[in-house]
Amino acid sequence: MALARRTRRKETGLAALMLAPSLAILGVFVLYPLGKAVWLGHQRCNSQGKACTSNGWDQYTDVLRSPEFHHALIVTAKFALLTVPLGLVLGVGLAVLADRYLRGIGIFRTIFSSTVATSIAVASLMWLFLLQPSTGALARVGWITRMFPVIKSGLLSDKGTALTAVAMSSVWANLGFTFIVVTAGLQSIPRDLYESAFVDGAGGWRRFTNVTIPMLGPTLLFASVVLVSRAFQAYGEVDLLTDGGPQPQGSTTTLTYLIYGNESTIRNNDGLQATTAVLLFAVLLVLSLVQFRSFDKRVHYAS
Amino acid sequence: MLKTVESRPHWAGDNRRRRNGVACAVMAGVRLIGMTKRFGGTTAVDGVSIDIADRDFMILLGPSGCGKSTVLRMIAGLEDPTEGEVWIGDRKVNDIEPKERDVAMVFQSYALYPHKTVQANIEFPLKVRGDAKKTRELAAREAADMLGLGEYLGRKPGQLSGGQRQRVALARAIVRQPAVFCMDEPLSNLDAKLRGETRAELVALHHRLGSTFVYVTHDQVEAMTMGTRIAVMNQGVLQQVGTPQEVYDKPSTTFVATFLGTPPMNIFPAGSLEPGNHLVGVRPEHLTIDENGRLAARVVLVEQLGHEVHVTCTVIGHSETRIVVRTSAEATTPREGDEIHVEAWAHRRHHFDPQTGRRI
Repeated sequence: MALARRTRRKETGLAALMLAPSLAILGVFVLYPLGKAVWLGHQRCNSQGKACTSNGWDQYTDVLRSPEFHHALIVTAKFALLTVPLGLVLGVGLAVLADRYLRGIGIFRTIFSSTVATSIAVASLMWLFLLQPSTGALARVGWITRMFPVIKSGLLSDKGTALTAVAMSSVWANLGFTFIVVTAGLQSIPRDLYESAFVDGAGGWRRFTNVTIPMLGPTLLFASVVLVSRAFQAYGEVDLLTDGGPQPQGSTTTLTYLIYGNESTIRNNDGLQATTAVLLFAVLLVLSLVQFRSFDKRVHYAS
Repeated sequence: MLKTVESRPHWAGDNRRRRNGVACAVMAGVRLIGMTKRFGGTTAVDGVSIDIADRDFMILLGPSGCGKSTVLRMIAGLEDPTEGEVWIGDRKVNDIEPKERDVAMVFQSYALYPHKTVQANIEFPLKVRGDAKKTRELAAREAADMLGLGEYLGRKPGQLSGGQRQRVALARAIVRQPAVFCMDEPLSNLDAKLRGETRAELVALHHRLGSTFVYVTHDQVEAMTMGTRIAVMNQGVLQQVGTPQEVYDKPSTTFVATFLGTPPMNIFPAGSLEPGNHLVGVRPEHLTIDENGRLAARVVLVEQLGHEVHVTCTVIGHSETRIVVRTSAEATTPREGDEIHVEAWAHRRHHFDPQTGRRI
């Protein structure tokens, strides 16, 4: 007994020592900033962001009730609704198409996954060139502009289309990630299942709905959680493509842009920015929990 | 575990015959004509022709990589033969989709849908076929009852034991009432005891269903105990087709001779036993230790198995020739290092051509 206790104490010490490096990194780069943000969030500042004073914990409820926060939350939710389902459908579609034993399929796999290696800045600049009104690449293609005249006047500066346009660039940028994750998921599905379904007479669509989709369950859950949190944290494309505009509607002012953007109404107020950031964190935490809870019962994990 | 189903099931179509109280499939043998399958540069199956009669329990037997599974997959329609023809019943099925072939397949891994209940797994082929919900439920229940799965219908495969999963796979095949059952090593994932029990059950199932079974295995015990006929393959080439007894008693090649039987048949140059340049094969049980025996041998290993003893020795003067003698545990057994004399039963000797390995 005594010996066991001694070894356990020794092991606890050793474990603490080995955990120390990662704890230090986690503490310095995650926990401390998080605590600092929560602290900053209760500081009331004047309109210039100066002369901040403590004793403003109700600032959290104030922001939660403010129309600016509501607006940004709705824009963000719309952005997520535009990007996540479409991103998943396209990612699964491309992965299924490329999951064949064909000559040269590797080229397509490389192309489809290439957006992973593209930084959001580069991707956004590319879309900026494509979407430029009158001079952009899309605006030069006659039949496209005839079909969508709004391209001529600028998708990004129209309050009706700006958010969708930004969302599409985001879908494109995230496609590589979804493609790679789903491809890996597809490759872990036993071939026997497809063959058995085939012998039993199931056609391509039936095999897709009865084998592929259920067997991809855990993969799709993972991808959707990541995509939702990416959508809620998307900043680069909004900043580079629209700057939260067009103004004054703030059609693309997402929560992250509200927190951090140059054109944000609270850009000078450290306290309000921190409050909003903490609230975004809370929103994301709740969303991820809800996703795991609601999906977990329906997702099958291989035993 | 097999229960008799007395009443005529609703789902038995009119074209189905009935035997032993169970609806059974339409008559269909399988005929393979000169089947060859090449994958790139390698020939997996080389000109295999087999006639599988209706209601045969045909075993495709051979070591791994001999092409037996490929033959089965060509029957089921999962692979297209490079050359040759597949006939099921009176139809050539080369260009017919698996679902139109009236074939069910049981996979080594069972290939159950892990997200579906046992009930839904068994129903799946009927659902694909478009049967009504009521019909499907009845059929699934009947197939499940037949295999003693009645109480597990609501479970998922992950909650079942290996043996139960194997039964679900069988039930899913039975429920379609196919003319031909293709089974790819269905017992190899079971433990030894369960495998023994399931062998007997599969034979009983074959009797009751009256369908044609094509069964792939590398296990000679399964082949000998279950098959009505055995087709032995090696390196893509069919070696011999016959009843288990024929294949055991009159192996047509040295490969078949040594593949069936434990310990395998002793094969050695005739010189030391009888005149001629051919090869002589004698099974271990057809060798006796006898002081007047013509083969002088040195014992190198004695293995006690309880009910019998395997004595391995080298032939004196032909030290590269090893022979195994199987003797009763009751007899006095030699010790390692002893010199003994061995005699081969005259009417139990097999003769093979030393070049081709074929039976003479």
